[in-house]
Amino acid sequence: MPAIRTEQLTKRYGDHVAVDSLDLAVDEGEIFGLLGPNGAGKTTTVLMLLGLSEPTEGHAEVVGLDPRRHPLEVKRRVGYLPDAVGFYEHLTGRENLRYTARLNGLDGRDAEARISALLEEVGLDERGDDPVGTYSRGMRQRLGLADALVKDPEVLILDEPTVAIDPEGVQEMLALIKALPERGVTVLLSSHLLDQVQSVCDRIGIFARGRLAAHGTVDELAAAHGGRTTLELRTLGEDPRPILRGLPGVIDVRDEGDLVLVDAPGDVREEVARRLAQAGSWVVHMAVRRERLDEIYRRFFREVQADGRHAG
Amino acid sequence: MVATPVDTVASPPAAPSLRAAAGSRPARRRPGWMIVARKEFADHLLSLRFFLLLVLVGLSAVGAVHAASGRLRDVAPAASDAPDVLLRLLTIVPEDLPSFASFFGLVGFLSPLLGIAFGFDAINGERSQGTLPRLVSQPIHRDDVINGKFAAGLALIALTICVLAALVVGVGIYRLGVTPDGEELLRLLIYLGVSIVYAGVWLALAVLASVVVRRASTSALLAIAAWLIFTVFSTMFAGLLADALADVPRDATFEQRLHNARMEQTISRFSPETLYEEASTALLLPEVRSLDILTQEDVDRAVAGELPLTQSLLVVWPQITALVALIVVLFAAAYIVFLRQEIRA
Repeated sequence: MPAIRTEQLTKRYGDHVAVDSLDLAVDEGEIFGLLGPNGAGKTTTVLMLLGLSEPTEGHAEVVGLDPRRHPLEVKRRVGYLPDAVGFYEHLTGRENLRYTARLNGLDGRDAEARISALLEEVGLDERGDDPVGTYSRGMRQRLGLADALVKDPEVLILDEPTVAIDPEGVQEMLALIKALPERGVTVLLSSHLLDQVQSVCDRIGIFARGRLAAHGTVDELAAAHGGRTTLELRTLGEDPRPILRGLPGVIDVRDEGDLVLVDAPGDVREEVARRLAQAGSWVVHMAVRRERLDEIYRRFFREVQADGRHAG
Repeated sequence: MVATPVDTVASPPAAPSLRAAAGSRPARRRPGWMIVARKEFADHLLSLRFFLLLVLVGLSAVGAVHAASGRLRDVAPAASDAPDVLLRLLTIVPEDLPSFASFFGLVGFLSPLLGIAFGFDAINGERSQGTLPRLVSQPIHRDDVINGKFAAGLALIALTICVLAALVVGVGIYRLGVTPDGEELLRLLIYLGVSIVYAGVWLALAVLASVVVRRASTSALLAIAAWLIFTVFSTMFAGLLADALADVPRDATFEQRLHNARMEQTISRFSPETLYEEASTALLLPEVRSLDILTQEDVDRAVAGELPLTQSLLVVWPQITALVALIVVLFAAAYIVFLRQEIRA
């Protein structure tokens, strides 16, 4: 059973369609990235999943429940880190978490132990007793993650968790998110930042103008939408370039420093390794470059924007 | 929001959660509004806002009673057989001071301020801090947020007013050496209850403003404007409207004048301030027999005397009911608007 499923989920504000017939399925234990530019309808979708906004049409199911009919049960089992999360500035980080714990029916020694463990996990154990007003943006974001985890959720929804924090903070945040499936949490990550989504998500849904334009793993997306796979190679022995150029499917062979780059429509690693070995060129390094989605992502939004212009 | 039994049956059963089996959750859950109220109460209690209000209200009340007790001594010989010296202490206006300088006038003047101060940023404060989405994504009903904040505000108002009354009665006993008897005390308690309800009206209004208006400063201004209109200008408007509806010509008959006066009274009763003033007057002054306009004919041959508490209560019952109804209406409006509002900014 998928942890999150939507069927023809639609939200309209007057004439404006914020989310348009969205079909989405997020499996248990995966990190799913909802990728799209600002204003694509990601936050609206998230709010509908939490039962905080009424869908105009369609149906959503989270942890097997309809958030419209069982909002409390859904909110008990789903953690949410909102876009631009805020805290009570005069209270300490620990006090803020304690309030959330109480709202979830957790109190007493168990709750305190849990809060301390979470503060440590997000690296705030030393600042936990300082007022949140003194926290940096990155610390707030990490506190937000701890806050969403207080209720020990089955599903965690993160809305733009890395916006407006410094690069180091982003790396810390991404590392924390990556570790979430280990504790049995399914993650829905909404973001407009491609490289971040690409680096932590198992599957990606590209979201534009309220529609899911494409979804799948990075490789699936690349293959299905004419994206190129770029292999980087370092070899010993024979010059690999003429051999590579003769391979079926290879589009381009380039140099980059002491590396040879091979562009192909799909995964050609096996073929390349075999042919080079036969020709006496020994592969000592081979890697797939993960920047292939860039192009697809940009193309989707170009198309969408062009559509928009025609429609307008 | 609430699932009907049919809905519950129709939807697939929830997957058994491993976490629920772990048993970290206590079986008995405190209702959501109580948790919100507890946090809000603690926050307010430690806030600068509460401290300033307490100092302001406390100083003015003690000052008023101190002045009044001095004046009461001057007139004491005349009123030496009055059985309710303490109530008199609360209502007497010191010389050379405006009419609201009695304790009773003061509470009427300041309790709207308390109500507004504890409510004006209830919801939009959460919004501007960015805590609202986090709060409503916890497993509580959305109205628990409003209920909890209202309950916390009312509890603080009750605390302030009761502390104040205790202080004032203490000063009174010290200065005059009289102890209140049972009925006096009961009247005082009921009066305090009505004062809390009155402050509750303003609290409900301020909460409504905080739901409707996005900026805390604007909602505070809105609530204060409403307060000014009802306290300062309502008598003016009532007179104006009454004259328009029931004209009093130069050679008006007695009936015409009476009609005009009654009209004015009816109109002014739309103001919570008037309702509260009438209610507290009849509660604190046992000799007040009616709050309506009485003609010479009505009081002809009436023996001056004091009403027992039950009769006084009967006189003010409509006023109290109206105040409670006003809270319900304002609260319901805040509720409905908040439930329909989108959470995101």
